[in-house]
Amino acid sequence: MRDEILTFLEKNSKADPAELAVLLGSSEEVIAKEIREMEEEQVICGYHTLIDWDKTGVDKTTALIEVRVTPQRGQGFENIAERIYNYPEVQSVYLISGGYDLLVILEGKTLKEVASFVTDKLSTLDTVISTATHFILKKYKDDGFIMSKKDKDERMPVTP
Amino acid sequence: MRDWIGERSRALKPSGIRKFFDIVTEMDDVVSLGVGEPDFDTPWAVRDEGIYSLEKGRTFYTSNAGLVPLREEICRYLERRFKLSYDPRKETLVTVGGSEAIDLVFRAVLDPGDEVIIPEPSYVSYAPCASLAGGVPVTIDLKAENEFRLTAQELEAAVTDRTKILVLPFPNNPTGAVMEREDLEAIAPIILEKDLLVVSDEIYAELTYTGKDHVSIAGLPGMRERTVLINGFSKSHAMTGWRLGYCCGPAALIKEMTKIHQYAIMCAPTNSQYAGIAALRDCDGEVEKMRTAYNQRRRFLLHAFAEMGLPCFEPFGAFYVFPCIKEFGMTSDEFATRLLMEERVAVVPGTAFGSSGEGFIRISYAYSIDDLKVALERLGRFVRSIRAEAGK
Repeated sequence: MRDEILTFLEKNSKADPAELAVLLGSSEEVIAKEIREMEEEQVICGYHTLIDWDKTGVDKTTALIEVRVTPQRGQGFENIAERIYNYPEVQSVYLISGGYDLLVILEGKTLKEVASFVTDKLSTLDTVISTATHFILKKYKDDGFIMSKKDKDERMPVTP
Repeated sequence: MRDWIGERSRALKPSGIRKFFDIVTEMDDVVSLGVGEPDFDTPWAVRDEGIYSLEKGRTFYTSNAGLVPLREEICRYLERRFKLSYDPRKETLVTVGGSEAIDLVFRAVLDPGDEVIIPEPSYVSYAPCASLAGGVPVTIDLKAENEFRLTAQELEAAVTDRTKILVLPFPNNPTGAVMEREDLEAIAPIILEKDLLVVSDEIYAELTYTGKDHVSIAGLPGMRERTVLINGFSKSHAMTGWRLGYCCGPAALIKEMTKIHQYAIMCAPTNSQYAGIAALRDCDGEVEKMRTAYNQRRRFLLHAFAEMGLPCFEPFGAFYVFPCIKEFGMTSDEFATRLLMEERVAVVPGTAFGSSGEGFIRISYAYSIDDLKVALERLGRFVRSIRAEAGK
């Protein structure tokens, strides 16, 4: 049941327990209880809204930053990751296999803001060996959602 | 000038769906619950394979029976999903949709006057195709109290000395009925005793919601050698427009059907055949996702009907519900017409699928929950208004 609830909520967090109960063939009480428990256990960590900021007047700049670091004895990457993820403008921090160590996703208002984060805050950390910053020019698909997708039903209206 | 139309064609009734189609296309703001095809796009892995095959210039005919790799994939799929074992080279034919297979089997089997038993309500093409092949359609009116399953008694009563074929259209369009293992076991002895050929149209086999996998009658003892199994990609893989289906059965019969197919069609579209390989090889997960979504919609509709007091047996297959509208004292056609005119919701009257569909309407749930909500709100308002009218 939990898997079914999560699979549904992942795509539509607005569904309320009463509606979910109908769709999943359960009762409102059971669904509400499961959701509450999963929130407490932090299986469900939050509810996000997916926004296409390009369609608003708000300017946003997103950058992917590859960071190479020197792991610290006894700490590995934990310490450095924490130093980075505590900045509120940092959206995500991932430990990555391959050519670099950490992938940092950063959201700023302007290119300048992002640039100053990299030069002032990130590069100056002792353990950071190098950074490579990639600015996102256009989002085609975000969190599984295709931004430009048209949703017109082109089927014939009545078919056997 | 002479009248060119032949008697056999003239005798065919025009489809009951045509009338609604014509009205709906003339109207604005219609919310349709009338389609018989998935709302999902074909999985991208399949479309990508289709594009790739075009890029590679694979635009020639294939062998008549279809690409061998596709037939092998079909047989692997039938084994994996339904525990059915067929020889890809001798017992499998790739067709232009399941529809072509229906036409072919009647043409290969029927002699003038041979009877074909067709349980109704069911898909619209069995009786016309049987007639065109010289056969005589004999319908069985399935009953709501049996959840529109075919019973042994009903079958026994319909069989005559001329009966040659039993069409078994389950999971069913338009009722959503399924035949489970015990239902099939109940009719199998009669089929054996009367020496019938079963044409089992299992195009909705992937879409069942019993919690158990669909059971094919071909998997029952003694049935494989007297069954032509028809399936395809349209419903399971949301591939209606690709026109790709297949049938499996006894080698001699498949050979005969392939002969007709070769003269009439040549081969199924090459591009679709390559895409079909990817569909069966790579898309079990996508099929599962679609089935889950359909099941949620099915529950949503049944819940909504219960709330508006519209009786409806619980259908466990396909993507249709078949609620009963007898309480309103209208024919299915009147009900559907008024619903369309007054609330702009298109449904298909049950009678489009046989006279036993009278008193029922077919509602498709090949729509998003959001679309269904809008349509159900309108349907609810309509039901309340005609009840109020009757109460006056």
